[in-house]
Amino acid sequence: MIELIDICKSFNGVPVLKNISLKIRTGEIFVIIGMSGTGKTVTLRNISGLEDPDSGEILVNGTRMNGASQSVKKKLRSMMGMVFQSGALLNWLTVGQNVALPLVENKKLPQDKIDETVMEKLKLLGLNQASGKMPSEISGGMKKRACLARVLVRNPDIILYDEPTSGLDPVMSSHINVLIKKMQTDFGVTSVVVTHDMESAYFLADRIAVLYKGEILQCGTPAEIKESSNPVVAQFVNGRIDGPIAVN
Amino acid sequence: MSKFLRYINNLLAGTGAGLIAKIRFTGFTMLLLLSAIGYMKNFWGKRHDIILQMYNAGVKTFPVVSVVALFTGMILSLQFGVEMRVFQQQNLIGHAIMVILTREMGPFMSGIILIASMGAAIAAEIGTMKVSEEIDALELMSISPVKFLVMPRVAAMMIMTPIVSVYIIFMGSLGAALIANTQLGVPYNIYYFNAMKGLHMKAIYVGVIKSCIFGLLISAVSCAYGLKAGNGALGVGKGTRNSVVASFILVLISGYIITSIFYGQK
Repeated sequence: MIELIDICKSFNGVPVLKNISLKIRTGEIFVIIGMSGTGKTVTLRNISGLEDPDSGEILVNGTRMNGASQSVKKKLRSMMGMVFQSGALLNWLTVGQNVALPLVENKKLPQDKIDETVMEKLKLLGLNQASGKMPSEISGGMKKRACLARVLVRNPDIILYDEPTSGLDPVMSSHINVLIKKMQTDFGVTSVVVTHDMESAYFLADRIAVLYKGEILQCGTPAEIKESSNPVVAQFVNGRIDGPIAVN
Repeated sequence: MSKFLRYINNLLAGTGAGLIAKIRFTGFTMLLLLSAIGYMKNFWGKRHDIILQMYNAGVKTFPVVSVVALFTGMILSLQFGVEMRVFQQQNLIGHAIMVILTREMGPFMSGIILIASMGAAIAAEIGTMKVSEEIDALELMSISPVKFLVMPRVAAMMIMTPIVSVYIIFMGSLGAALIANTQLGVPYNIYYFNAMKGLHMKAIYVGVIKSCIFGLLISAVSCAYGLKAGNGALGVGKGTRNSVVASFILVLISGYIITSIFYGQK
């Protein structure tokens, strides 16, 4: 279970997260939605320990992540993976080498087993033809899928997704969404997904949290969010121009 | 509070904040260097990355190093030779050139060339990785960026800077010999004989020590600026520029300190 207790985070004196409290249950798909710049990615970075909050506590399976020593963070991160918005592939390695990287560097498997695992994950994401290509030779969507493959080779218990379907065509978006669901149903993976894509959010989520100006406005099932009486939530999920959310 | 006092207050606060930031960054760079040295135990496992970095620092800078060293030797030879000819001592030009190149110019020029080529490239490369979340991705894969990125660069620069320095001494001497012969009328055998007389063991090992330290400093500072880069392309550009300036100053200061330790008056 991931627990965020009264998390506050500011950058250069500007508050980004204000007293965020969330409980993400083991094995659920938890989706965080909200306008750009409301702190969705910052929340993910705090959960992953890439950034520490100014105050509050982040517990991953009962162990405090923020302020923990590098060895504790390393241990917690070994059960965690993150799919970055940009893909974050190393540009001097091929797609296959990128996917193999965590296994090669952490020396957990013999080389033939690494090659087998990498090909299996690449096939799963439709990237087996791109194994030998450099990141500069593939599309943004392929980079994102390669990033997901790199996460999957480590078999993590928790996967954090930062906009997993942005920049993908509808077919590939659906494929990724099905894969995220499959990770939950087949392997019991806990997923935290940040997205703007309401269709994906409704399809994936066990629960959805709506983040607005650094605060959680509402947290509930997709049906509850769809029928929300909160004017901000209703405007956001229906994509209306008129409402309390000012476009500028 | 009057306008003037407010101005002084802001000035002092800004200076203090800047100073604290510089001290913090210096501490970060020193810890980074120590950590990279600690990871040298993985030298063999990282040999492919280290060789790649050595190739970048050595083979790829080969043309510019050759041209700069050759012409520096030619300039030194001409300037010294013209003055020495006044005293009919132009035959000793080989000795003078060798002393200058081995004691100072070889290590210093290798440092400066590698700051411009490798240091700037390292800062820009790691800075770009930082802003495109690749460093974050490494950390989340439980891969230490220091072991994966910094150590191979530090090791490669520590090995290659002395090699580049020796090559500069060789090419500089060659350029100087060419000018000594064609412009000053010094026969090649006389030049060679006097150059060998100017080649002292102490100058060689001090030069090697100096070059190694330059290599360590340049790589550590460049990596540190890269790892602290922010704000997109602008931040990477700023980090790269600052790394070049800081490395240049460090090479000068550390060069003076090493020279004063080995050659200073007791």
